[in-house]
Amino acid sequence: MIQLTRQLGRFTLQSLAKLGRGSLFLGHTLSGLTDILLRPGLLIRQLYFVGVLTFLIIVISGLFVGMVLGLQGYYTLSDFGAEESLGVMVAASLVRELGPVVAALLFAGRAGSALTAEIGLMKATEQLSGMEMMAVDPVKRIIAPRFFAGFISLPILAALFSAVGILGGEMVGVGLLGVDEGSFWSQMQANLDFYDDIMNGVIKSIVFGFVTSWIALFEGYDAIPTSEGVSRATTRTVVNSAFAVLGLDFLLTAMMFGDD
Amino acid sequence: MPEGTQVDETLVSIKNLSFSRGTRKIFDSISLDFQRGKITAIMGPSGTGKTTLLKLIGGQLKPDQGSVIVDQNNVHQLSLKSLYQLRKRMGMLFQSGALLTDMNVYDNIAFPLREHTALSEAMIRSLVLMKLQAVGLRGARNLMPNELSGGMARRVALARAIALDPMMIMYDEPFTGQDPISLGVLVELIKKLNTILGLTSIIVSHDVQETASIADYIYVISGGHVVGQGTPEEIENSNSEWVRQFMHGNADGPVPFHYPAKDYIEDLLSYL
Amino acid sequence: MQQCKTLELLVGLFVASGIVALFFLAMHVSNLNPLTEDEGYTVYARFENSGGLKVKSPVSIAGVRIGRVTDIRFDTQTYESVVEMRIDKQYNTLPDDTSASILTAGLLGEQYVGLNAGGSEDYLEDGSVIEYTQSAIVLEKLIGQFLYQNKSDKK
Repeated sequence: MIQLTRQLGRFTLQSLAKLGRGSLFLGHTLSGLTDILLRPGLLIRQLYFVGVLTFLIIVISGLFVGMVLGLQGYYTLSDFGAEESLGVMVAASLVRELGPVVAALLFAGRAGSALTAEIGLMKATEQLSGMEMMAVDPVKRIIAPRFFAGFISLPILAALFSAVGILGGEMVGVGLLGVDEGSFWSQMQANLDFYDDIMNGVIKSIVFGFVTSWIALFEGYDAIPTSEGVSRATTRTVVNSAFAVLGLDFLLTAMMFGDD
Repeated sequence: MPEGTQVDETLVSIKNLSFSRGTRKIFDSISLDFQRGKITAIMGPSGTGKTTLLKLIGGQLKPDQGSVIVDQNNVHQLSLKSLYQLRKRMGMLFQSGALLTDMNVYDNIAFPLREHTALSEAMIRSLVLMKLQAVGLRGARNLMPNELSGGMARRVALARAIALDPMMIMYDEPFTGQDPISLGVLVELIKKLNTILGLTSIIVSHDVQETASIADYIYVISGGHVVGQGTPEEIENSNSEWVRQFMHGNADGPVPFHYPAKDYIEDLLSYL
Repeated sequence: MQQCKTLELLVGLFVASGIVALFFLAMHVSNLNPLTEDEGYTVYARFENSGGLKVKSPVSIAGVRIGRVTDIRFDTQTYESVVEMRIDKQYNTLPDDTSASILTAGLLGEQYVGLNAGGSEDYLEDGSVIEYTQSAIVLEKLIGQFLYQNKSDKK
C-alpha cells in the first residue's frame, strides 16, 4: 500500500515536472517567431516536410471517410425517408468533427512521429548539443520552424480533408445511390453556417495543430538520447497526441455548440 | 600586457569544481589549468565524466560548486548572450562528429559562417574550401554525412570547428574507434592545427599512446579527483601505482580485475 | 537551386489547395454570401407565438428563399414575439399588405417564415412592420384540439 502511494506520488511529481519543462520549452519555441520572420526559408522547407508530405494520406483518407459516411448515412436516413438530408449529415459531421479530429490524428501519426524521431535522433547524435556549442540556439533554429510549420499545416490539411470528404460523400450518395444532387447541396447549404460550423471547425484544427506540434517536438527534445529512448518517445507522441486531441475536442465542442 | 604573467598564460582555469548527477558525485572539488597555445589532455577510464567536464567548460552544464574561467570570463555567470558570444570563440569536436545529417559536407562547414556572419556566398565558399583543404577533404564536399566513414566525419567536424577561427578547440575522444590510418591522420591534424593556427587544445581521451604523443601536459582523473598530472614523461614515470596501471593498461592493479563479489570458492560451494 | 525551386512550388501548391478547400467549404457547403446579406432591408413581424423559429432561419416567398431571420425578441408591452428579418435588396417590390406565417418544412423539419404577397400598390420598406401574421402551429395544441373535436363529434 505504501509502495503504491509512493509510486503514485512519484508519478505525479514526474508528470508535473514534465509539464513544467514542456511549458518552458513552448515559451522558448514561441520566442523563436521573430527569427523565423527574418528567415522564412526555414519555415518553407519545414512546411514541405510537415505539410506537403502529409497531403496524400489526408486526401486519400478524407475521400474514403466521406464515401463511408455517404453509404452509412444513406442506409440510416432512407429508413426515415430523409435521403435528401444526406448532404447535411455528411458535411456537418465532416466539417464539425471528423475533419479536424481525424486530420489531427493522421497528422500526429505521420508528421508528429516523424518530428519526434528526427529531433530525438538529432539529440542522440549530439547535433543539438553541437549546435549549442556553435552558439546557435537549437530551439530557435531547429524546433521553432517545425512548430510553426505544423501549426500552419494542420488547418490546411483539415480543410482539405473535409472538402475531399464531402466530395466523396457526394460521389457515393449522388453518383452511386441516386440521391438528388440539387437537394444534396441545397440542404447542406441551408443548414450549415459559415461561422457556426466551418469557422468552428477551423478553430478546432488550429488548436489541434498547436497541441500536436508541441507534443511531437517536446517529446523529441525531452527524449532519452538512446535508440530505445527515441523509439519510446515516438510512441508517446502518437498516444499523447490522440488523448490531447480527443479530450480537447470534447471541451471545444461543449464550448462552441453548447448554447444552442 | 606584460609577457609571461600567470594570468596571460592560462586560457582556461577550473577552480574547486564539483558536479553531481542525482546522488552520484562526478567531480569532487577538482582544479585544472589549461595553458594558452598548448595541448592539454585529460585522461581517465570510461565513465569518469570527461565529456561532462567539456560540457561544463562550454557552459552547457552548471556546476554545483566552483567556477570555470575561460579567457577571464566566468562561464557560469555570463548572460546567455555573452555565453553565446564566448562559444563562437570555442570549437568543440564531438565524439560522433555531430554533423547535421540533413546537409552535405560543404553546407555543414558553411553552417556556422552563415549563422554568425554576413559574408557573401563567394567569401563563404573560399573559407569553406580553405578549411576543407586543411583537413584534406576538399574532394568530399558534396557527400552527405551518412556517406562518410567515421574518420572522415571527424575530420569534417574538425573543419567545422575551426570555421569561425576559434581561440580553442575541445576534442571529445577523438581517437576512439579509428583504424590505424585515420588515427595517424587525426593525431597529425590536431598537432598541426595547434601549431599553425596557434590554438589552445583540450583533448579528452583514454587512448594513452596517441594522446601522450601529442600532449604538452596531461591530467589523469579518476573517481572525481585528479590522481596525476605532469608532462607525458612525468606521467610515464609516475610513482602512483594507479596511474601506472592506467598508462600501461595492466589488467589488475589498484583497479581490480574482479567486480566486488564474495569469495570465489565460497560462492561455488554455496550451491551445495 | 533547382531543388529549392520545386520545394517552394510544392509548398505554394499545398497552401493554395488549402485556401481552395476553405473557399469551397465557405461558398459551396455553407453558402456564405456576405455581399447579399449586407445589402438588403429589414422588416418586422409580430407573432403571438414564434414557436421553434431561430435566428438565421430562412424567410421565403412562393418557396424561394429571399432572406433570413436576424433577431427574435419578446415585447414586454404586448407579450408578443417580434421577429426581425433581413430581405435581400433585389426583392424590394413586396406589397405592404403581405402576410407572414411560421411554417414547418415537412413534418419534422425546421421552421421558417413564409410570406404571402398581398395586393397593395405600396411596397414594404426598411423598418416596415408586417401587419398580418399567423403564429407557429404548436403540435401539442393541434393534437389536443383534434382529440377534443373527436370527442364532441362522437356525442
